Amino acid sequence: MGIQFRTETFRDDFTFRNSPEHIRRFPFPFHEDSYMYAVNIEPHVPGPKGSVLENLIDVDEHYVSEMADRALVLAEDPLRCQSLPHMTLAGWDLLELLMTEQAKGYPEHFTLTRDGDNWHWINRPLGIDQKFVFGDLSTLPYGPMEYITRQSQGDFCILDQRDGNLWMDAGIVTTQADWSLDFDIGMNFFEWHAPVPLAHEKGVFTRALKFLLNIQQGQPARRLNWTMTINPRLDTSPENFHKWGPDRTTVTPENVGQKVHLRVELQSFWRLPRSNAMVFPIRCYLIKMDELATSKKWARRLHRVLRDLPEELATYKGLTRYRPTVVEWLAKHDDGAPTSSGFGPD
Amino acid sequence: MPIEPTIKSRPVYGTLSPQPGTDHLFIADAEGAEAILDLAKSAPPGFFDAAEIVFIPRASGDGYLAALHALKPARFYEGPSIGAALPRLKQTFATAHMGLRLYLSGTEGLIGQAMQAALDAGIDHSSIQTEHRGSLARRVQCVHCKGVTEDVTTQPVTCSHCGLLLLVRDHYSRRLAAFQGVCINAEDQSEKVPVEEVFR
Ligand code: HEM
Repeated sequence: MGIQFRTETFRDDFTFRNSPEHIRRFPFPFHEDSYMYAVNIEPHVPGPKGSVLENLIDVDEHYVSEMADRALVLAEDPLRCQSLPHMTLAGWDLLELLMTEQAKGYPEHFTLTRDGDNWHWINRPLGIDQKFVFGDLSTLPYGPMEYITRQSQGDFCILDQRDGNLWMDAGIVTTQADWSLDFDIGMNFFEWHAPVPLAHEKGVFTRALKFLLNIQQGQPARRLNWTMTINPRLDTSPENFHKWGPDRTTVTPENVGQKVHLRVELQSFWRLPRSNAMVFPIRCYLIKMDELATSKKWARRLHRVLRDLPEELATYKGLTRYRPTVVEWLAKHDDGAPTSSGFGPD
Repeated sequence: MPIEPTIKSRPVYGTLSPQPGTDHLFIADAEGAEAILDLAKSAPPGFFDAAEIVFIPRASGDGYLAALHALKPARFYEGPSIGAALPRLKQTFATAHMGLRLYLSGTEGLIGQAMQAALDAGIDHSSIQTEHRGSLARRVQCVHCKGVTEDVTTQPVTCSHCGLLLLVRDHYSRRLAAFQGVCINAEDQSEKVPVEEVFR
């Protein structure tokens, strides 16, 4: 039967919501009642059936609507998708990875047939049937990275590896937590992370980079990151900050449940076979407070995390203006009981 | 006042010193001339015989011209702005051979733009020296409209293209040769933010 794709919006009337099954599978990012930056990297191996880790590239009920939102962003601002000239081969690598993983995980929705370099890709949810020659740019309507990432949920950065560092030399970024691909393209690992507070001093980035440089093909890794977003808006870009920033002034005790969203990024790291580049998919999951509070444990824990979050992190994540209102709302869901360890709901 | 390293994307600068070889290109604006004159004090005889100096006097007027000419470089170009000098610099970089040594001194805007053109032309990072002198004014790219505002001395600054009031961040892109400007009162544009002269 496959996934029932929802028709919904991530702008204007914001009709996005999660079905009850999708609330249960939400990748809640806190394994304890407090949060601080750490080198939270683990092997990206398949997880329980029904979870977002069941397939290493997750496709969910928001797929079709997210792809429509991405197309709107790209039409407004083509600088959200860029690839420096030496990154084309890595783009083909990425196309292979995403087609292969999506076809493997969701055969009812995607089919890939390969006959040498003659490939046939069928994407049923988006109504695409494409025959092309792998490696031949003239046989696809876009470059390989753009072609496949217009059909894959999440943002993607492709990192070139040289001089013992990673360089952000290509990417498609339309569902980001307030950073600009156009500004950061060409930077190295330490440079694009420059604005992050505290983590440099803690040595987090030095250790993380060392780990990433050694990732081998076929052994991807992952980590979770999080922030909060007012209204289920995917495109919280710095480019458009003057348009969505005002949303942050609209939070009231009455609308927290509907307006305030926990935004979780499932980030994974994959070595690419031909280019030796690394791809970094950043898959964004949104959940409104009303949905989150259907799990007592999640609400209780998020209350404690948000309440005790170090000021530097709250400022960096842009929570300052509405944090007290959200903490107050969550406090009503915190009976003071202990929370069990681990990420899952009760 | 030396530039403090703040965050990892923010460039830091060194001190010019004579490099081996014969092919030296100096690019400087205003007080950047002093860095060339200081280097000359420790340069071996004949150092400037095949050198070129590209100088943008800006507010220094003719204050440094005589002293620079006295170094007797093989070529001397004086221009009204780095923007005006860039086409000829790009030509020089495109035809440069391996041994070219590049010395950039003066404002961050000049250093950044000359560096950008040199790197674009494939000139190796290790053959470029930089020294900051003079004004701390910044080149700022508005993240919203992508327009660049030159010679920014205030925090915040009004974008000269779209008019948004921008927080000038330390986040810097070498590719764009610019600091990032982000709307400072995006959440509530009716908020009045005091404007201070901080990058003098
Ligand atoms: C190579 C893959 C990676 C890419 C492309 C990437 C990219 C980014 C970007 C663009 C930002 C936003 C910075 C800004 O404010 O402008 C960021 C934030 C951050 N990154 Fe990474 N990153 C990568 C890997 C990692 C790893 C392995 C860690 C491990 C600790 C990490 C930890 C963080 C943290 C803690 C933040 C701050 C997030 C927040 O508080 O919301 N990143 N990253």
